[in-house]
Amino acid sequence: MSEDASEAVELLRIPVELDYTYSAGQSASRFLRAIAEGRLLGQRCPVDGKVYFPTRGSCPQHGVPTAGDPVELPDRGCIVTYSIVRVPSENIPLELPYIAVQVLLDGADTVLMHVLGESSLEDVHMGMRVQAVWRPRGEWTTSIGNILYFKPTGEPDAPYDSYREHI
Amino acid sequence: MAQRAAVIGVGQTHYQARRRDVSMAGLVREAAQRALEDAQCTWKEVDAVVIGKAPDMFEGVMMPELGLADALGGAYKPMLRVHTAGSVGGSTGVVAASLVQGGIHERVLCVAYEKQSESNATWALSISMPFSVATIAGAGGYFAPLVRGYIRRSGAPEDTGVRVAVKDRRNALRNPYAHLRVEDISFEMVANSPMLWDPIRYLETCPSSDGACALVLASESIAERAEKTPAWIHATEMRSEPTQFAGRDQVMPRATLDNAASLYKKAGIQNPRRELDCAEIYVPFSWFEPMWLEGMRIAEPNQGWQMTCEGATAMDGDFPVNMSGGVLSSNPIGASGLIRFAESALQVRGLAGERQVDGARLALGHAYGGGSQYFSTWIVGSQKP
Repeated sequence: MSEDASEAVELLRIPVELDYTYSAGQSASRFLRAIAEGRLLGQRCPVDGKVYFPTRGSCPQHGVPTAGDPVELPDRGCIVTYSIVRVPSENIPLELPYIAVQVLLDGADTVLMHVLGESSLEDVHMGMRVQAVWRPRGEWTTSIGNILYFKPTGEPDAPYDSYREHI
Repeated sequence: MAQRAAVIGVGQTHYQARRRDVSMAGLVREAAQRALEDAQCTWKEVDAVVIGKAPDMFEGVMMPELGLADALGGAYKPMLRVHTAGSVGGSTGVVAASLVQGGIHERVLCVAYEKQSESNATWALSISMPFSVATIAGAGGYFAPLVRGYIRRSGAPEDTGVRVAVKDRRNALRNPYAHLRVEDISFEMVANSPMLWDPIRYLETCPSSDGACALVLASESIAERAEKTPAWIHATEMRSEPTQFAGRDQVMPRATLDNAASLYKKAGIQNPRRELDCAEIYVPFSWFEPMWLEGMRIAEPNQGWQMTCEGATAMDGDFPVNMSGGVLSSNPIGASGLIRFAESALQVRGLAGERQVDGARLALGHAYGGGSQYFSTWIVGSQKP
């Protein structure tokens, strides 16, 4: 192949767009409708009693529906682990650097991935107590994005043993 | 009972940031052609083709295996696509091996690839869902919090990851196929490189590569007649588990420990640290060397970092790890697992060139993927099992 020919067809840019219609199902619909009212609903695994949040309707470990009464959770908890992110991604509309955190809400047994605000990069640490900062009520939709970010509460740290099984 | 199977041919492309001179078809063809030459076999002699790559979303090409069949001589032959996220290269090797071990085929061509220059893996891995907030910028964003969890529970010195990166980057200088080649690599250079996903630094991170890797797997009777030493497959194993459930140990998932126990049982290995001569372990971020040394039961829980810090995993240590330079030096994602399998085979065949571990008789190839939830491994040897 000549130089010219290979240059001519080196790369074609063909953008692809994907729009999803997400069928939430009964359990996640209940979860998302509650979020739209500012309430955080978890669900309990009937086998080991662990509380799932966010809920997806089943326990992946035991393969059973989490069909019982939902468990109302507070919007506060502790940071189980975190990372300070300095890498841009075009579908993450956050200013760099940001602090990505895994939050264990009080009473939950699974973590929620979110971001930490109102904290310096130096202050964030495992076990830090945090609470949700919500968008203005008028902007609430059926999305976990109704919580803008978590912020430190200033309470004493959660002891390592209280959250170590969640990493 | 399973039949014996062996690797009789290995082919790799030179891993690099951009292979604009070839299409995906050209890329896989190049690796496959080299594997056939190494195996001294023709396209016609291949009974079946097994191909693996990471999610289609990466390059935005749906079901690429359909378009690649002819480039791989797959027309009118059994052709199979494997997918298990980042571990797919390993799983592709395991599936191909099973077709020979099951007595179904005599010669199987096994190919895995990724053309990251045509993809945006970080974008593809950062999709938002209504029940979660998009905070995870690519694989590093996912794994950095787990690395932090490992450091906390193990008490590992903070420079452990730096040491892994320096070692793997030095090893890469002896591998003509490696993508990243940092001639003057040093501890200071890695330690001073920018934090990308704290605690993971730039030079502790894998690159984005274009590349393909291919193996020819053959039955016992064919392998016995091969001119070059075959790598006999002593055992293969795979395990998976859900991404998230209450109490899941994300740092040391049960699936990796189960996978390791079963693999060694199949291979008749009691003490992997002593009995294996070297290992190629899937380490996309430096800290995963100590983590998977523990996950593969080569080190005791929370002590993998000691092997790294004592130099045991260096080329001149008693348990060399990632002689090829590892995923840290070359990362065509879909192929990365198969490259580990290929390197383990080259070592026991005595064909690893400047990076050869003297007298390597038994080697581990390892891959993991997803949210540390897929594991694919094999053990190959210079002697029949």
